[in-house]
Amino acid sequence: MASLKALKIRINSVKSTQKITKAMKMVAAAKLRRAQEAAEAGRPYAERMEAVMASLASKVMVGPQASKLLAGTGKQDVHLFVVATSDKGLAGAFNTNIVRLARKQALELQAAGKTVKFYCIGRKGRDQINRYFRGQVVHSVEPGDLGKQVFANAGSVAQDLISRFDAGEFDVAHLFYSKFVSVLTQEPTEQQIIPVPLPATGLATGAAPVEYEPSEEDILMTLLPRNVAVQLFRATLENAASEQGSKMTAMDNATRNAGDMINKLTIQYNRSRQAAITTELVEIISGAEAL
Amino acid sequence: MALHFELVTPEKLVRSQDVHMVVVPGTEGDFGVLQGHAAMMSTIRDGAVSVYATATAQPEIITIKGGFAEVNANGLTILAEAVA
Repeated sequence: MASLKALKIRINSVKSTQKITKAMKMVAAAKLRRAQEAAEAGRPYAERMEAVMASLASKVMVGPQASKLLAGTGKQDVHLFVVATSDKGLAGAFNTNIVRLARKQALELQAAGKTVKFYCIGRKGRDQINRYFRGQVVHSVEPGDLGKQVFANAGSVAQDLISRFDAGEFDVAHLFYSKFVSVLTQEPTEQQIIPVPLPATGLATGAAPVEYEPSEEDILMTLLPRNVAVQLFRATLENAASEQGSKMTAMDNATRNAGDMINKLTIQYNRSRQAAITTELVEIISGAEAL
Repeated sequence: MALHFELVTPEKLVRSQDVHMVVVPGTEGDFGVLQGHAAMMSTIRDGAVSVYATATAQPEIITIKGGFAEVNANGLTILAEAVA
């Protein structure tokens, strides 16, 4: 059995760990509220954007002159996985869940004979993907604090993606991120961003004629790149909220585990203390009796 | 007799209210939207959106940057890149 002193040190160290995890939980809870508000505030824009894109895409003829961002390159050979994770760990399975989903789909595509490349946003995701798919990461960015993202950041990533697409580096781009459902639930999600997925409902021909200023093509030209940025930004916001939610849960668990550990160690400490006292008493008494 | 007006940016939903008229700075010229406007879609240049709460009220000016406007049966939606 460990000595009393060793036990005491152990208890103290667990106690300070508990303090740290508790503080981290509080920080995450505070950040979560802000991130959640941001994610919810960003949803209307992305949803409207999707609706507008859908109505526009169904009206504009998909012909040879149509933008590649809408019609695709006509091939499905090279897939680019944009994996959005965070730069920081200690958030439970947040990063792992996103990477796992991406890995599963990548393996499926590879088994079907396609090429898969990765474009990583976030250090944690890059590290994990590098382990599984060495040499397939074409580029990675480290966004820093997810809670402080502005739309311009997503815009520059989107531009980079589009220029790579125009250069023919890939045919299809998928975006992976974690959708924030609630504090306890975050869903790793896959979404195709390039080319823009067409609504399955088919062409909406019955709707009232819509006037376009300037022309449909011009609007679509400005809209398509922006849509990529908007989807990326939405993913960032959702990720930020998910990260904090996941972190809060993880740190809450860690704090509770530390509490259990302290209880167990304290009992052990008290037992050994009593045992020591008893031994001492026995020694004194038997010594006195011997006199 | 009111026009439902929504102004959203990627960061947040700035406005969602019923107004009388909105003047939008379209790429090909400003246009006013009243209730019952025909469906249209237009890109926007950087400029000021004037919101008239009632027919006689002073307009409220909102400066926006880039984006586009959509008018449909539900009202007017402006998707702006940023609001000053």
